[in-house]
Amino acid sequence: MLKDITIGQFFPGDSVIHRLDARFKILMTALFIVMLFSAKNFISLGVAVLFFIIAFAASKLSPKLMLKSLKPIVPVIVITSVLNIFFIEGITLVKIYKLRITDQGIETSLFMIIRLIALICGSSLLTYTTSPIVLTDAIEQILKPLAKIKFPAHELAMMMTIALRFIPTLIEETDKIMSAQKARGAELDSGTLTQRAKALVPILIPLFVSSFRRAEELALAMECRCYNGGEGRTKLKTLVSGGKDYLALSITLFFLCGIMVLNLGRIGFEA
Amino acid sequence: MDIVKTDDLTFWYSDPADESETAAAGEKKTTVFEHLDISIEKGSFTVVLGHNGCGKSTLAKHMNAILLPCGGKVFAAGIDTSDDSRLFDIRRHIGMVFQNPDNQIVASVVEEDVAFALENMGVPQDVMRERVDDALKAVGMYEYREHSPSQLSGGQKQRIAIAGVIAMRPDCIVLDEPTAMLDPAGRREVMKTIRRLNRDNGITLVLITHYMDEAAKADRVIVMDKGKVILDDVPQNVFSNVDMLKEVGLDVPQSTQLMYAMKNDGFDTADTHIINEEACADYLYELLR
Ligand SMILES: Nc1ncnc2c1ncn2[C@@H]1O[C@H](COP(=O)(O)OP(=O)(O)OP(=O)(O)O)[C@@H](O)[C@H]1O
Ligand SMILES: [Mg+2]
Repeated sequence: MLKDITIGQFFPGDSVIHRLDARFKILMTALFIVMLFSAKNFISLGVAVLFFIIAFAASKLSPKLMLKSLKPIVPVIVITSVLNIFFIEGITLVKIYKLRITDQGIETSLFMIIRLIALICGSSLLTYTTSPIVLTDAIEQILKPLAKIKFPAHELAMMMTIALRFIPTLIEETDKIMSAQKARGAELDSGTLTQRAKALVPILIPLFVSSFRRAEELALAMECRCYNGGEGRTKLKTLVSGGKDYLALSITLFFLCGIMVLNLGRIGFEA
Repeated sequence: MDIVKTDDLTFWYSDPADESETAAAGEKKTTVFEHLDISIEKGSFTVVLGHNGCGKSTLAKHMNAILLPCGGKVFAAGIDTSDDSRLFDIRRHIGMVFQNPDNQIVASVVEEDVAFALENMGVPQDVMRERVDDALKAVGMYEYREHSPSQLSGGQKQRIAIAGVIAMRPDCIVLDEPTAMLDPAGRREVMKTIRRLNRDNGITLVLITHYMDEAAKADRVIVMDKGKVILDDVPQNVFSNVDMLKEVGLDVPQSTQLMYAMKNDGFDTADTHIINEEACADYLYELLR
């Protein structure tokens, strides 16, 4: 069951999107999020979604993959839409006991659902098409200017690198510990919620203990390989940006401007 | 020339639970070495044997300045390890490989991990690429350069860890039980790799192990007990001291064991200097003919 975790999953490919400079991709994803949150009506939201669809089509990933990324947030979508449907004032369409469904409610919740789905899909597109290592590098470089004000950019990137490296190891270890505890008669899949929560303790404690040991050994191994913080470090691979990256960024900015303009129109509703 | 040399090394672990500087605190220390002198010749393949807790890992950690002597001196690649300013010079010359391959791999792509030390040293990019490729080829893992370490077997992971060290182009590699967590196939892989590095690239090896068949392949075997060197010779001569080894809780290679048993049973020609299977088989063949 732990194998299903898809954090930082990357699907290698050779599309335009895969080949874009990761720093630009991060910037473009941020701009896409700005688009989603500045969209004030369905038309401008539609334009933002169109932007995503173009990018997605260019990435040549299968739509199934995108649907999979939405699975974990289904409950969030359901809860927000239900809240919106029932609690937004407007012209009452249906009345069930004390709850009223209004036209505004339906509109708002539809708007929210689209926005939320686009948000998740957009950020998934970034992680699906960028290798975690490159992504980490890009984040480090983007944050580098902040190092002047003592922001630990290199340390953050190193932490991400190590976390990525150890996620599979720790998942494997958790599976092992769970099997070991089950063999000793621990019941992990049944019982009330509190019982199950309690059953987690004998799994988490060995996991923590072993993680600390691992951390200690890793730190030693890093020291032996001359690790001395971020200063004076070079890189095996550097990120290179070219014409295509600037072109892609221009397209993104064009869409963003389009949305700003469309927001001025009075079509649709005010979110 | 000696690549590593301990000169009158004395070392103790002070009890971390008792930080106070009273006389009692001084007594709580665990003394590991007292006046230890060991030197490792350049280009040699030395195995260090000893019972659990005799100080093998502690000795290894002195060789690249992870631990500093409490008394005496340690010279690594000619540099006094207590010289703070040359710490990274020492680490670059004396590489270290540990038992658990999982806990020494930093990056989630093989070649990135092999490059880690070079990145730390600030090696320029083009030189780095070449050295990473060379290191991966030297351990026979070049085809796996873009894999994730989590997809590799234990033996392969350990070879990646070795590649990460030899990318620094060290003069000497200290390996602390590198095969202890591996299956027999993984052990063979790692042994083959490091012996080739010693033979072809002239890298000095210091191997700490509990496996006698690995020790039998060395140029020199040092046997330690309670922080002291009790035997230090070529493997044939070391293993012929069967009684002494058993006394300190160590085994001998199976062929030596057989020779020893035969000798005790009255086969006067049995020779406990025999440490490998072929020589043992030859002897038995001659005997039965
Ligand atoms: N960090 C530490 N703090 C205090 N004492 C320690 C520490 N590490 C090791 N010791 C002690 O020092 C002695 C030598 O330990 P060392 O780890 O060098 O043995 P070893 O020969 O490597 O054993 P093994 O074969 O089990 O790896 C042991 O008695 C051990 O208990
Ligand atoms: Mg040890």
